[in-house]
Amino acid sequence: MRTITYRDALREAMREEMRRDERVFILGEDVVGYGGTYAVTKDLDKEFGEKRVLDTPLAEEVITATAIGAAMGGLRPIAELMTMNFSLLASDQIVNTAAKAHYMFGGQTRIPLVIRMPAGGGAQRGAQHSQSFESWYAHVPGLKVVMPATPYDAKGMLKSAVRDDDPVLFIEHELLYGIKGEVPDEDEEYLVPLDRGTVRREGSDVSLITFSRMAHICLQAAEELAKEGIEAEVVDMRSIRPLDLDLALDSVKKTNRAIIVEEGWKYYGTGQGIASLIYEYAFDWMDAPIQHVSGADVPMPYAKNLERASLPVRSDVMQAVRAIVPQKARA
Amino acid sequence: MAIRQVALAGLSREQLLGMYEEMLLIRRFEEKAAEEYTMGKIGGFMHLYIGQEALGVGAIATLGKEDKVISHYREHGHAISKGIAPRQVMAELFGRIDGCSKGKGGSMHMHDENVGLLGGYAIVGAQIVLACGLAFAAKYQNQNHLIMTFFGDGAVDEGAFHEGLNLASLWKLPVVYICENNQYSMGMSVEKAWSVPDLKDRAAAYAMPYEKVDGMDLIAVYEACKRATERARSGEGPTLLECITYRFRGHSMADPASYRPRDEVDRWRASQDPIPLYLEKLREAKAIKEEEIKAIEDRVDRVVQDAVEFADASPEPPLEELYTDVMVGDANAISWRYPRQ
Repeated sequence: MRTITYRDALREAMREEMRRDERVFILGEDVVGYGGTYAVTKDLDKEFGEKRVLDTPLAEEVITATAIGAAMGGLRPIAELMTMNFSLLASDQIVNTAAKAHYMFGGQTRIPLVIRMPAGGGAQRGAQHSQSFESWYAHVPGLKVVMPATPYDAKGMLKSAVRDDDPVLFIEHELLYGIKGEVPDEDEEYLVPLDRGTVRREGSDVSLITFSRMAHICLQAAEELAKEGIEAEVVDMRSIRPLDLDLALDSVKKTNRAIIVEEGWKYYGTGQGIASLIYEYAFDWMDAPIQHVSGADVPMPYAKNLERASLPVRSDVMQAVRAIVPQKARA
Repeated sequence: MAIRQVALAGLSREQLLGMYEEMLLIRRFEEKAAEEYTMGKIGGFMHLYIGQEALGVGAIATLGKEDKVISHYREHGHAISKGIAPRQVMAELFGRIDGCSKGKGGSMHMHDENVGLLGGYAIVGAQIVLACGLAFAAKYQNQNHLIMTFFGDGAVDEGAFHEGLNLASLWKLPVVYICENNQYSMGMSVEKAWSVPDLKDRAAAYAMPYEKVDGMDLIAVYEACKRATERARSGEGPTLLECITYRFRGHSMADPASYRPRDEVDRWRASQDPIPLYLEKLREAKAIKEEEIKAIEDRVDRVVQDAVEFADASPEPPLEELYTDVMVGDANAISWRYPRQ
């Protein structure tokens, strides 16, 4: 297999899906020429023309609603929002229309829509450009919310998202665009399902349940912990709605300990939701209270040292593990 | 005057009478719905179209079956006019399985793919931007249909109005935007809400053709919509029509509308009711016979009665419906996917 970046994997996914299906088109701010803020759509206009790669005015509500309306009208749009932070301007359309139309109209309307958006912090972009809102959207029935961590998943899940008949919010982490990973050759068809997580590393002592960029942090922590004799299992949920709860439960039933690691804020979010489900369905298997490693409960600071302190790092994960894995488990 | 107008509209006698019957049907249908609401058969919010019938009927009469209508929460009239059976509309109001949205939408969310009524939306202004996507899809697929979009005067102050009109104009999308200016957004009068007295200036801001229309005059609405639909069909892009109308009742069933001066309401009802105004035109043009008027009234009453009986006899949605249609393929509701061991 080749090694390519997360950014290139995403572009390949779109290229392949656009070649396969005439109904697929891209719209967003600066997606032509400029190639989108993170250059993900770069050069796609050259192959598909401006009929299928469309620059829009800087207006998130109409970008999103145009994509929703086009999906209702029989197309399969990929809308790019410059960042997830701006999705709040479109959140009415995402929550009130995209998520509801199929149900509220008695199953008549389908919204086969993908909204791609970068999210997350770590690049000193300040409070309004560093947020993780996945739990806001995952709260809403009718939406799919996916967060691939690797180039392989990014490509395979984006292709699945384009073919999916429901509205999919495809959340890309800003710090992942440049990472590299193995991906099958271009045009070698593969798909990654939107409702299945994956075990990134097997382990017997504790389950690290995570997604997106934090999957990498957890893998690093697991490698360090292995030197202390603790074997951590890293479970990458990949999609947070639908949530592959069985996968998380199976892991917890094996290790009897769970730590949830996410970048978002601690309270009332994804991690607390997953923790609650684990308690509800696997309480009898638990040997220790669930730990929850999350971003600091503050608006993101700009100063480099403060920003670093606000995001979970390897040592935070390791500390949480040491708090619940007893000494005797350590060789 | 009236005869000239009728002649201008180029409509057959059958079409003219059909529009009268449709307006009357919508009026009687909603009067009946109000009664059923009071008796507790219909719940939630219900916004009546009474007083605005000339708009839905006159505008939709200019559309073909393949054209799409996308509407607001006061959409019973549009639903019936676009061709959803009154039975299905009433059953939807009753929250029954035979409703056009299986009873899951209710008063504000009528929808029927088959006739091209693509939904009532209860978030003010949402349909203005959604229309851009539907129209884009039509253009992209070389389909020749257009999107007719209704919204109230309140929606004009939403950001969606500006984003939507800008894009529709920029991309020359086949949309007809119809502002049903009934002069109140809930209790807020349009004078208090708009910084400019009419939409002409706002349309100019987006280089969009604009017309102000007497929304109580069915023929005037029809003719203005005819011009706008022809423009959209010939690829010239969207038009904004501001139709001046008045709702004879409150904003919703829960609103006694005490914010409106009594004499204002009386004046509109007495002299501007679109149904008698139109009937008068038909009489002047000698387009209708007295016995036809009676026959139409009888027919309308029977249709309304049938709609209520049908709705009342329709079962409530089975409880399985709670979890169907959340997502295509009925995936995703985690709490019932994982039964407790």
